[in-house]
Amino acid sequence: MQNIKTIFLKELKSYFNSPIAYIVMIVYLIISGFLFVWLGFFQANVASLRDYFGNFFIQLILFVVFIPAITMRSFSEEKKQGTLELLLTKPVTDIELILGKYFSALALICITLCSTIVYFIVVLFMGPIPFGPFFTSLVGFVLMSAFYIGIGIFVSSLTENQIVAFIVSVLIGLFFFLIGKILMIFPPSMVSFFEYIATDYHLNIISRGVLDTRVILYYFSMIFLTVYLTKVSLESRKW
Amino acid sequence: MSIKVTNLTKYYGDFLAVDDITFEVEKGQILGFLGPNGAGKSTTMKIITTYLPPTSGTVVVDGLDVEEKSIDVRRKLGYLPELNPLYHDMNVADYLDYIAALDGIPKANIKKRREEMIKTCGLDTMRDKSIGEMSKGFKQRVGLAQAMINEPDVLILDEPTSGLDPNQIIEIRNLIKKLGREKTVILSTHILSEVQATCNRVIIINKGKIVADGTPEDLQKRSKGESMVILEVKNSCDKNKLTASIREIRSVSKVEFIKDTGDSFIFNIHGEIGADLREVVSTKVNQQNALLLSMQTKQSSLEDVFRELTK
Repeated sequence: MQNIKTIFLKELKSYFNSPIAYIVMIVYLIISGFLFVWLGFFQANVASLRDYFGNFFIQLILFVVFIPAITMRSFSEEKKQGTLELLLTKPVTDIELILGKYFSALALICITLCSTIVYFIVVLFMGPIPFGPFFTSLVGFVLMSAFYIGIGIFVSSLTENQIVAFIVSVLIGLFFFLIGKILMIFPPSMVSFFEYIATDYHLNIISRGVLDTRVILYYFSMIFLTVYLTKVSLESRKW
Repeated sequence: MSIKVTNLTKYYGDFLAVDDITFEVEKGQILGFLGPNGAGKSTTMKIITTYLPPTSGTVVVDGLDVEEKSIDVRRKLGYLPELNPLYHDMNVADYLDYIAALDGIPKANIKKRREEMIKTCGLDTMRDKSIGEMSKGFKQRVGLAQAMINEPDVLILDEPTSGLDPNQIIEIRNLIKKLGREKTVILSTHILSEVQATCNRVIIINKGKIVADGTPEDLQKRSKGESMVILEVKNSCDKNKLTASIREIRSVSKVEFIKDTGDSFIFNIHGEIGADLREVVSTKVNQQNALLLSMQTKQSSLEDVFRELTK
């Protein structure tokens, strides 16, 4: 536990020592601010908060592009610099290292998402408060981020090259993101399967204001899977 | 605090990197691992430090098997990996604090240990400097500080002095020698003088196999090299007559004329194994009325041993 904390703090600090954290946060704030106005929050429409979280572009940019940009260096840079060998010969287990890095990326995303609190406050002053959907949407966003971070960290553990890690993570992210939007091309018998693995299907359910256990189960199993695959990838040095 | 390597073998796919090696290192020993590039030095170190598992055989550090008790072994180790990996975006103090925390040093002691290492490794002026901006020599010191910060019983150093200037090399060697009194140290190098200066035991490894094991002096004696004398005489004599008369000596196998420096002749005189040529050669020089300027016996060096064993 102490090791996870040590790695978590070091990684979080190094995000803020590099331009990546700032670029991601500023670009996210600009885009989300623009969409906030564009979606007509000032009409104090209850449904508009859901529109915000359900917005195609917000999801595309946040999950598919930004998260890989944050996670691309997590293991590939360690591999390239040789520091992975240093870390894995310290009294630290593979899983502690993965979780330390995982939680630091998640923390950065959560800090970024905190900016949406501003919209909540604005809406609060404008009219009736859609507290439930807002809260569950935020939870859904964090869960989905957690899944995408898992993908990004896993892919980063496969290569020494950050750019490769970024592109592959984006492609995998796009697959899970778009699969739910092209369901009509699949044979009817397989639609429910592809709908189930699609990420935004679950996000849509949860953003209605109900913390559905199936949805939570889906995200947690995906997170577990990606962390497990990362562990296998780190162990592959021993094969 | 001993390291016991038994029948260690490591394959990378089909490539045999370490081939059934067995050795033991005791406390107080500084073991030099010598070998050409790709001989298996780094691989052996990676296995001892638990980074890679052996294909077969065992490594036991202080009674703990590196595979079964990997984390406990790591607590006893200080390891400087090959090429000295560092976080270039961190400053020295932060980096050492991070390593100390990972090594499990209690929070209250971290600062004290860090300052001790900064002092030991001569990093006082670099404390707040970003590692990426430092010269290679200072980076190497940070690497050593990192390896020693947890006061390890066993130090594994993969080419500890690479990239240092001669003064720094001497400092680091003295540091290693000092540490070696209470610890077990294994260092790898392909600089032979380093082994002679630092280690009290040498293992020469070639193509994954141990080809020699002993003190540097032992190995030097073991060399099968012939004896040789470098002779310098005043050029007032007849060099052909002198050469011929030295050739008459029974234990001399070959006389080579090396050069005429302008006022002297230099010869290399090769003799049989173990023969002391000095007395007989100087007698011959006197007989020819040549003026002896200098004569030195050339001992076979560790270089010769190394070249012979790793051909």
